[in-house]
Amino acid sequence: MSDDTRVTRRALITGAAVAAGGVLLEKLPLGAQTAQSAAAQPDPSTVPGLGTTPTSARSPFETPARTPAGIITGPAYSPIHELTGTITPSDLVFERHHGGVAMIDPKKYKLLVHGLVDRAMVFTLDDLKQFPSVSRVHFLECSGNGRNAYRGATPELTPQMADGLTSNGEWTGVPLSLVLREAGVRKTATWFLGEGGDAAKLSRSIPIEKAWDDALLVYAFNGEALRPANGYPVRLFLPGYEANTCVKWLRRIKLVDQPNMSRDETAKYTDPLPNGTARQFSFVMDAKSVITRPTAPNRIKRGWHEISGLAWSGRGKITRVDVSTDGGQNWTAAELQAPIFSKAHTRFRWMWEWTGRPAVLMSRAVDETGYVQPSRAAFVAARGPGTDFHFNHIRAWTVSRDGDVRFGVDL
Amino acid sequence: MMGIVGCGRDAEPPARTPSVEAGAAVSGDVPVSQQLPSRFRTIGRVATAKEIRAWDIDANAQGVGLPPGRGTYARGATLFAERCVACHGAHGEGIPPYPRLIGREPRDSFPFGRDAKYVKTIGNYWPYATTVFDYINRAMPLTAPGSQRADDVYSLVAFLLAENDVIGRESVVDAASLPKIHMPARDRFVRDDRTGGATFR
Repeated sequence: MSDDTRVTRRALITGAAVAAGGVLLEKLPLGAQTAQSAAAQPDPSTVPGLGTTPTSARSPFETPARTPAGIITGPAYSPIHELTGTITPSDLVFERHHGGVAMIDPKKYKLLVHGLVDRAMVFTLDDLKQFPSVSRVHFLECSGNGRNAYRGATPELTPQMADGLTSNGEWTGVPLSLVLREAGVRKTATWFLGEGGDAAKLSRSIPIEKAWDDALLVYAFNGEALRPANGYPVRLFLPGYEANTCVKWLRRIKLVDQPNMSRDETAKYTDPLPNGTARQFSFVMDAKSVITRPTAPNRIKRGWHEISGLAWSGRGKITRVDVSTDGGQNWTAAELQAPIFSKAHTRFRWMWEWTGRPAVLMSRAVDETGYVQPSRAAFVAARGPGTDFHFNHIRAWTVSRDGDVRFGVDL
Repeated sequence: MMGIVGCGRDAEPPARTPSVEAGAAVSGDVPVSQQLPSRFRTIGRVATAKEIRAWDIDANAQGVGLPPGRGTYARGATLFAERCVACHGAHGEGIPPYPRLIGREPRDSFPFGRDAKYVKTIGNYWPYATTVFDYINRAMPLTAPGSQRADDVYSLVAFLLAENDVIGRESVVDAASLPKIHMPARDRFVRDDRTGGATFR
């Protein structure tokens, strides 16, 4: 298609004059012309529908949204309580930036691999796409996810604001090990530094074993190029590791013989403990589950309800999720949605008949290492009330006699 | 797992057990069962020294990567007032959402796990002085990251460490002195001991 033709098509679309079955939409009744129209047709079976568009928009009646922080260093939580299944739509993946979203021209993109290598090398985006590609379904969770549930929580807290810094989908890219082979990693290299090309030039040190295991350089998510907010054109992706290590806008990998001790692996993303130490390089996101409905601010009626939520583990597959409706006195195994991927969101579901008595809903994940998601009390005892990351304790949702579902603060 | 790519060493027949030049075992997270060469050789190109110099900005805890230059408290105080106070406050107290930088409360008892009320600062939490240089150099100020000369970054480090009672105001900070500074929280940091399995830590 020539450029001229493209321009013409765009002009037509902008003018809402797209042909629908040979009929120009502009001749159709007002309100039937664009998918953005919020007006429902009184009887869609009696009027022609809409034509096709270059990209499809959500129904105007569906408005899932993140929570932009309004600053370039903050988070935007994913509306996990409005999503189903396990795959996060690309435009609702959570964000957390340290210097704003970098906008990178893919034609100018370069990845530098250097340090303890036989040949320092540069790869373009096209180069990286020339390697054998892999696609993997994995979660990506911010290490600070759940801080709002741990400290300062109120009954109005929603799953989005409690735990919305996690997303899941199909990542496509090249195994980092294949890229490193081209440069020739020396025996003395025990860590590698991943660094972004954004304003923060965010850098993290990663043990070299992760590169030989399952680390990826990803350029696509859910079937299309990464969104700029998620690292376009290339990000490091370390399955199961805290999202901060999955460096967005990746421009440099340096093979080194010791960790760099960058800010985000010392001042931040370390876990102070009650014994006066702080855990460092705590990469793996341990098993966790969250109920996504019914939750605040739902009001439920007596009768049958599906208790549904997400479970995941950075150490492998989820093997079981138990659900409790009495605050953890009794537990029942929920249904797990197949297939279950390793280090990926796993949907659990359990049908519950609410009889009108007050209830406390909980979920508890178990992963293939035998790890059991801890209670809040066990978590506080081990990590201390002041700890700062990896908040994976069990959450509680209270159901009142009126059917109001609220976050169970400190339960 | 999709099988293991064969990637023998140069000039050797492809092997089923891959070996990287580091000698480390590749666990097999390679997507094809095809036999492939130890490296493709046709993908990517050798980097130039100029390209490496332009981006090789990190400085580690041993001081490797620190550039020539030197900084003083006096110069740092001037620069801090010019470039940093808009976000971090006149006394480094932090103007939310931007962080506090200065302060040693409650001295060196490192109570952060026990009590969330204590604010982490460079003086009471950061384990390495080199990190202060590395971070300011790469990311600050927020509006013009990477714009500061090495002498200026060293001076800001000198100012911040002195204000945190880590060094004296007379101290000169440079590539030789910075890695030798022992930060108050240095020995508080421990490696991750979580392993999965039945034990919760």
